[in-house]
Amino acid sequence: MSERSRHALIWAWTLAVLVFIYLPALCILLASLTASRYFLFPIQKWGLDWWRKTFASIEIHQLFETSISIALCVTVVAVVIAFFGALAFARYNWKGRTLFQKIVLLPIFFPQSVLGLALLLWFNAIGLQMSWMTAVFAHLVWIIPVVTLVISIQVYSFDPALEEAAFDLGASRLQVFREVTLPVLLPGIVSGSLFAFLLSWGNFPLSLFTTGADTTIPEYLYAKMVAGYTPGVPVLGTVSTFGAAIILLGGYWLITLRRRAQT
Amino acid sequence: MAALHETGRGLSQGARNALPLLLFLLIGFAAPLIAVVAYSFMPARSFGLIHPPTLENYAEVFTGNSYISFTWSLLFAAITVFILALICYPIAYGLARVFGRWSPILTLLFTIPLFVSENVRLYGWILFFIKNGVLLGTLKSWFGIEPESWLFTRGIVLLGMVYVYLPFMLFPMTLGVSMVPNETREAARDLGATRWQVFREVDLPLSMPGIMIGLLLTFVLAVGAIAEAKVLGGQTIIPITHDIEIAFTYAQNWPLGAALAVLLMLVVGTLVILVLKRFDLDAILGRR
Repeated sequence: MSERSRHALIWAWTLAVLVFIYLPALCILLASLTASRYFLFPIQKWGLDWWRKTFASIEIHQLFETSISIALCVTVVAVVIAFFGALAFARYNWKGRTLFQKIVLLPIFFPQSVLGLALLLWFNAIGLQMSWMTAVFAHLVWIIPVVTLVISIQVYSFDPALEEAAFDLGASRLQVFREVTLPVLLPGIVSGSLFAFLLSWGNFPLSLFTTGADTTIPEYLYAKMVAGYTPGVPVLGTVSTFGAAIILLGGYWLITLRRRAQT
Repeated sequence: MAALHETGRGLSQGARNALPLLLFLLIGFAAPLIAVVAYSFMPARSFGLIHPPTLENYAEVFTGNSYISFTWSLLFAAITVFILALICYPIAYGLARVFGRWSPILTLLFTIPLFVSENVRLYGWILFFIKNGVLLGTLKSWFGIEPESWLFTRGIVLLGMVYVYLPFMLFPMTLGVSMVPNETREAARDLGATRWQVFREVDLPLSMPGIMIGLLLTFVLAVGAIAEAKVLGGQTIIPITHDIEIAFTYAQNWPLGAALAVLLMLVVGTLVILVLKRFDLDAILGRR
């Protein structure tokens, strides 16, 4: 087989897998655009009624509020802790570093449903009332390590000579941090925040056991799915799929713009 | 190694930066796991940690038929990992070697589904496979044939798992494949190695760290899978996570659920520690 046809095959395979990946999202989009109560394909009557009804519902507003509050809190805390964690992970050469790297990975390599249950037992043992705030904590256990890895990748390509040059030129520790370290690592921090927000927004297994009386969007969707068909499910599903796509593409675009501005 | 502070000051600085994260994992990860272990030694159907420890839950687990769910979980996870390795290797190779400037945007397209709740994505498959859904509806109206729906079969559960965990295999694998220097590959070609030999002797061993991480990550996540069997599989298979969840919810038997969780944690933990011990994470994540 020639190099050329081999590459064509790899392209074809990759595109086929992408179709496979986006097929369910397409089905959900189609289902959200039917006017009828049940989903029948090919669609007889198109309409946006279910979109209107879903967005008019007060219950849905409540869900959005809970999910966004959790995701925002998770993002802020995760990025701060993970930023320093990433410096320890990739920047400084210290005695416990390889052990630290492996400890950080453990929560990622752990079944999330079991982690959710473990946190439920732990909160119960110390007498904590479950609410969206305990869910923030639960999300953090999994998301901080992920964000640490994401920022670490940026930190690996960071040249400490820049910091030392700034020190030599008489900058204070705070100045170096604000004027050198932070701007250089900014793309890593931006992608870390995107990861934190979106992973928290879409998380189900950890929320399931730790939100108590509050409900997030993935939990609501799950409850509706198990109970039977509601046209609100495809609407919310479409919103969360395209929401994630827009946020990520936007973030990617911002990072490329910045990179272009720098060179 | 030039990118390092090799001074005495750097030593303590690293530890200082690691401290918040380590403290957090202590109360957010280590403590909950200890709580699970503690609960697993409590008498059945108790909710506190105040009782004298007992082994009755483990006795119940080993005499009962949870081994069936354990086998299903491990078997399906293993098959998922195997299929994913075959699907992802060409793509990882493409992302690292072939696609060039298209690589970032393709990577992004593979990333997006990661952030959509897996429930939503599995629900899309229901709409695809359900009676009068996208697939069967099309077949009916175009060709007039009406096959049985494939929903609630084992094959569909497997498809759901392969689908959900694909990015977790793909990204570590891509990191691994991009670690193989092109010069080594070309040198092997110049010395007369066939394409297959290059793959077996150069590509595979040199990208092994990334591949192993991908295998491990997908296996661990797939063992913990619960939604696929529930949403797509009806009750055709009962994974161990389902048993655990039932013990915690309907059965209200936390200690039994905890004992099952401890056994699952032991399997997963042993595997993770054995594999992670062998790898230099700096090399995989790109220290220059």
